[in-house]
Amino acid sequence: MPEPKSTAPKSAAPRTLYDKIWDDHVVHTSEDGTCLLYIDRHLVHEVTSPQAFEGLRMTGRKVRAPEKTIAVPDHNVPTTEGRETHIDNEESRIQVNALDRNAREFGVVYYPVTDIRQGIVHIVGPEQGWTLPGMTVVCGDSHTATHGAFGALAHGIGTSEVEHVLATQTLIQKKSKNMKVEITGKLLPGVTAKDITLAVIGKTGTAGGTGYVIEYCGEAIRDLSMEGRMTVCNMAIEGGARAGLIAPDEKTFAYCMGRPHAPKGAKWEAAVTYWKGLFTDEGAHFDKVITIKGEDIAPVVTWGTSPEDVLPITATVPFAADFQGGKIEAAQRSIDYMGLTPGMKLTDVKVDAVFIGSCTNGRIEDLRAAAGILKGRKMAPGVRGMVVPGSGLVRLQAEEEGLAQIFMDAGFEWRLAGCSMCLGMNPDQLAPGERCAATSNRNFEGRMGRGGRTHLMSPIMAAAAAITGHLTDIRDIMAETA
Amino acid sequence: MDKFTTITGIAAPMPLVNIDTDMIIPKQFLKTIKRSGLGVNLFDEMRYTQDGKEIPDFVLNQPAYRESQIIVAGDNFGCGSSREHAPWALLDFGIRSVISTSFADIFYNNCFKNGILPIILPQDAVDHLMDDAKKGANARITVDLENQTVTASDGTSFAFEVDAFKKHCLINGLDDIGLTMEKVSAIDSFEKQNAAARPWA
Repeated sequence: MPEPKSTAPKSAAPRTLYDKIWDDHVVHTSEDGTCLLYIDRHLVHEVTSPQAFEGLRMTGRKVRAPEKTIAVPDHNVPTTEGRETHIDNEESRIQVNALDRNAREFGVVYYPVTDIRQGIVHIVGPEQGWTLPGMTVVCGDSHTATHGAFGALAHGIGTSEVEHVLATQTLIQKKSKNMKVEITGKLLPGVTAKDITLAVIGKTGTAGGTGYVIEYCGEAIRDLSMEGRMTVCNMAIEGGARAGLIAPDEKTFAYCMGRPHAPKGAKWEAAVTYWKGLFTDEGAHFDKVITIKGEDIAPVVTWGTSPEDVLPITATVPFAADFQGGKIEAAQRSIDYMGLTPGMKLTDVKVDAVFIGSCTNGRIEDLRAAAGILKGRKMAPGVRGMVVPGSGLVRLQAEEEGLAQIFMDAGFEWRLAGCSMCLGMNPDQLAPGERCAATSNRNFEGRMGRGGRTHLMSPIMAAAAAITGHLTDIRDIMAETA
Repeated sequence: MDKFTTITGIAAPMPLVNIDTDMIIPKQFLKTIKRSGLGVNLFDEMRYTQDGKEIPDFVLNQPAYRESQIIVAGDNFGCGSSREHAPWALLDFGIRSVISTSFADIFYNNCFKNGILPIILPQDAVDHLMDDAKKGANARITVDLENQTVTASDGTSFAFEVDAFKKHCLINGLDDIGLTMEKVSAIDSFEKQNAAARPWA
């Protein structure tokens, strides 16, 4: 058994976590600094891959490392029973069938809808132990940032790059700059990982991270579970960053241990030794630093149509004139689209629907948190609610823990795993004008259905909105329970 | 991929900030398994009513802008989803260059893979070009990749930066995969060394 490769710096200069992972994956550096970066895991779904596989076919190329390529249909799949045998929408069916055919023809690892392990690609990867610390992980999907929670360099790529990775197991890259986001101290009751990640975007804006890889650190980040860390990193892309990272620690190792594709025995020991070197050295340089006190973060919601439109739930809908430059027009457009009146309290905004799920908040802890609020309660009359577990295994576990029953007793629909309403490519969509409290990641115009209105928030805040029928401060519900 | 050298054309002004890829090409059009044919659905929900009628106010529906080859856009163009369908739709419509103060990372890279040149310029330059674009067919903007300049109809010229490798690929219409395949021995040796050093990966 060879010694694990040392992460000792090639120069004496202290390095960031990003620098270390980058250095260990450079295959080739051109004179102009363009690098060929080796990719350890390539995740594939049905929407952004058909043209890439077709490209391989047309050029007679093969998938270089099918054993490192993991495919799962998630965006298009209905979340209702019977989907194993038939998908009504013809285009969705063609796309899922294309993935089926491509996965089998090119011999990549595949979890079809008939497999209990099927789910949202960013939930399946960590769950099956494909995602491990120190790896490079890519997928034709911007929320690949999720995997950064393990201290893996993970980011979304376009379809041309999907084809490039399939053919060469590498990606042509220039290095990003380093950005540190530190969340100090403790979070207050009712404040979650989702509130952290939204609060950061609220502070930096959706372009604040452009050109950077963010490392999240600080006590409040260390205190989060692995699932909470995935929620934080998932939305790094919403802040414009190429990727988000959190240094691996004992929680990370404990999460990975025993997963189907995690190393075992001596390989595990060697891996942990290597992983323990994955941290930012004292004195390493960051090009940009943001610090937020954990205690300053409130339970938040979005009011507009950009993830940067974040406010504490206790706030009021802003006026367009509160903003500057091009944002004035954008804010007015958002206010109009969202059907809101400036100055109104956010807690007076009524909702028609509640969506709990997505790669941001579709894991077991998210469902436990929401069910904890909903237990023994009913959804407000007229509100429709949908819970979509992130994978078949999350769904099974939630059923075994009795969470599914709590959701159903409260009046929610209990669905099969997939991306669902988060982007509405399957039949789960909002109607025009319909307003939704959602645990997903994007509140863009039309995202959940043409004319649909999305307010992003944490699972417990979504559960609170379901009970009252309007945006609600979770702390008020918690006070009732106490 | 089409080569990109110089284009002179009408530019559509889209000053809205944070135009995301869901706006550029909404999800219902991502179900295609082809790259072509998306131009008709470019900016679909801004461009057409629910029943498919053109919204006359939308810039690309105005007679002067139907033949646009350039878009001058607000900050952070192309944010959100990684969908390459966004540049495919722009290209299919006929857009070869987008000018803004900033672009989202993935969209920016995706453009170069499809013969579209995204150009980052300072705010005052974008403001100047935005005013020019608002003149419609009365103004033509020239984008010269070789010399890295954008020239407004009044002759004002702005220099822009572009990565040398990306420029080389765009000017020559080169296929990245073919170029990387030439380095296959470096990939082979990396894999061998990596398998020894990090056998779990």
